[in-house]
Amino acid sequence: MLQSMLRGKGLIWGYAGLIILFLLPLILPRFYIYIVSIILLTGLLATSLNLVLGYGGIFQFHHAVFYGVGAYATALMLTRTGLSPWISFIVGPIVSAALGLIMGMICIRLSKLYFAMLQISLGSLVWIIVYRWYSFTGGDDGIHGIPLPEILSSPNGAYYFTLIITLICFLIMYKIVKSPFGSALQGIRDNPVRSEMIGINVKRHQLLALIIAGFFAGVAGFLFVVVDTTVFPDMLFWTLSLEICIMCLLGGWFSFFGPMLGAAIIIVLRTFVSTFTSYWTLVLGILMMFVIFFLPNGVLGYVEEKLHKGLIEPVIKE
Amino acid sequence: MLEVKSISKSFDGFKAVNNANLEVEKGEIVAVIGPNGAGKTTLFNLITGILKPDNGKVFFKGEDITGLHPYQVCRKRISRSFQIVNVFQRLTVFENVQVSVLSRQKKTWNLFTPSTKLVIKETNEILESVGLIKKKNRTTALLSHGDRKVLEIAMALGGNPEFLILDEPTAGMAPEETARCIELIKHLSEKLGLTILFCEHDMEIVFGIANRIMVMVRGATIVQGGCDEVRCNQAVQDAYLGRSDVCLM
Ligand SMILES: Nc1ncnc2c1ncn2[C@@H]1O[C@H](COP(=O)(O)OP(=O)(O)OP(=O)(O)O)[C@@H](O)[C@H]1O
Ligand SMILES: [Mg+2]
Repeated sequence: MLQSMLRGKGLIWGYAGLIILFLLPLILPRFYIYIVSIILLTGLLATSLNLVLGYGGIFQFHHAVFYGVGAYATALMLTRTGLSPWISFIVGPIVSAALGLIMGMICIRLSKLYFAMLQISLGSLVWIIVYRWYSFTGGDDGIHGIPLPEILSSPNGAYYFTLIITLICFLIMYKIVKSPFGSALQGIRDNPVRSEMIGINVKRHQLLALIIAGFFAGVAGFLFVVVDTTVFPDMLFWTLSLEICIMCLLGGWFSFFGPMLGAAIIIVLRTFVSTFTSYWTLVLGILMMFVIFFLPNGVLGYVEEKLHKGLIEPVIKE
Repeated sequence: MLEVKSISKSFDGFKAVNNANLEVEKGEIVAVIGPNGAGKTTLFNLITGILKPDNGKVFFKGEDITGLHPYQVCRKRISRSFQIVNVFQRLTVFENVQVSVLSRQKKTWNLFTPSTKLVIKETNEILESVGLIKKKNRTTALLSHGDRKVLEIAMALGGNPEFLILDEPTAGMAPEETARCIELIKHLSEKLGLTILFCEHDMEIVFGIANRIMVMVRGATIVQGGCDEVRCNQAVQDAYLGRSDVCLM
């Protein structure tokens, strides 16, 4: 499966990375395994956003809503119904996808920044509901100690589960990006009018992209439940959405693996910076400015540019 | 084949297209001429559904296509190129045309087959026919202006059209590029039997390839006729050329 995604040296790095990821629990202490799990699922979340942001050119600035709703749906199923936990896991993403459809249908008639503003408002509405509906969602306490199936209750079990699900989702999203649908989506990003004129129903394609992005954000959400056994309203607060956007920009929103890299950088930074200072958002802001000014295509975009410099044909002026 | 009936469009009270009429028969090449701001591009936008007309109708092969969305118009096998280059700048030349072919074949809902395995032959054929095959792996940012205009046409061809609308196809091209582009348009008309509607400021090109000409002034279509008829028409000379003493060319 890796062959289709990477070539040459990249393939070797890919295999090495995979082997390391699978061996990590043998080397790292528990806390770090937890951090790596969070990086993986947040990377999945950022990549799902990038499907619509980087590939679709849709300004879904409040993407955390789908993550939070997926997590809550799973958590509520696990705590309030007697159904098999495995069903709860699949319900989370489906609820997120459905929310993606509903919010998409409302927002899609607007474009660019207007879309963004409406989407942020609707997302905040969902957050308010979760935050205030104490009897159902637990309000600002969230839900704690969510029961999990036996094999997932150990940190290593949760880690391997997260790793495998993330890899599968990555593969599926990669396939989608490289499919005709992905091509059409990128065309729409570059030029919606032109896309319409070659026969593409722009709104429908964007809507499907939003549903897919919602679904995978929901997967990230239920993975968080598995890793952390809690959910809380901050999971769908807009600051998290901002952080995910920054992950995409920082890692490189025109590269498939960029958002995953961005997620890793941000989470590692956040983990270590917050042990020194409480000004995490300040660090985030400075980082953001640095990216905008010096790495407009993100870290991975920058690296790819350097690697390909010699390969691109020079401009020929006829 | 195409019939535009007293169509109008205003922008904030300004009548960009005012009661315009147009008829194009199958297999013809029809040119729309007129000074800057006459409303040619707006007329094309009305035909292709990018703008909705205030009133008036557009018929294609007898069917009312007024007010359809652009993607629906495209599915009726009407394709167009744009005056201001309108391509996918982050995709390669090949991908630009490929998306168009994929869309034509209704394959853009396919989520799991890699694009690299689909419609390769068709896309290459189109690139071959417009002479862009050697540059197919470049991103469009690395193309010359002339090549981008040709790519515009290639993307339009991806829709396998019967009716092709070209908005100033040779504008801004170097002389050799212009010559090649004219050859291409003739080829499309003669060999592929496409019906072509285009607008152009260069009269030499217009009289060189058009079968019939429509003259547009201040949003209104004033005369439609053969080249000679239009060339010596009094109204055209008064309104458009501003001189009535000599025949055009
Ligand atoms: N979207 C718009 N909003 C407002 N005014 C517009 C719009 N599009 C066109 N116009 C106006 O309508 C008039 C006709 O424009 P149009 O682009 O159709 O002319 P044209 O014949 O294509 O000119 P050119 O030869 O320069 O391309 C112009 O005065 C233009 O300013
Ligand atoms: Mg124009």
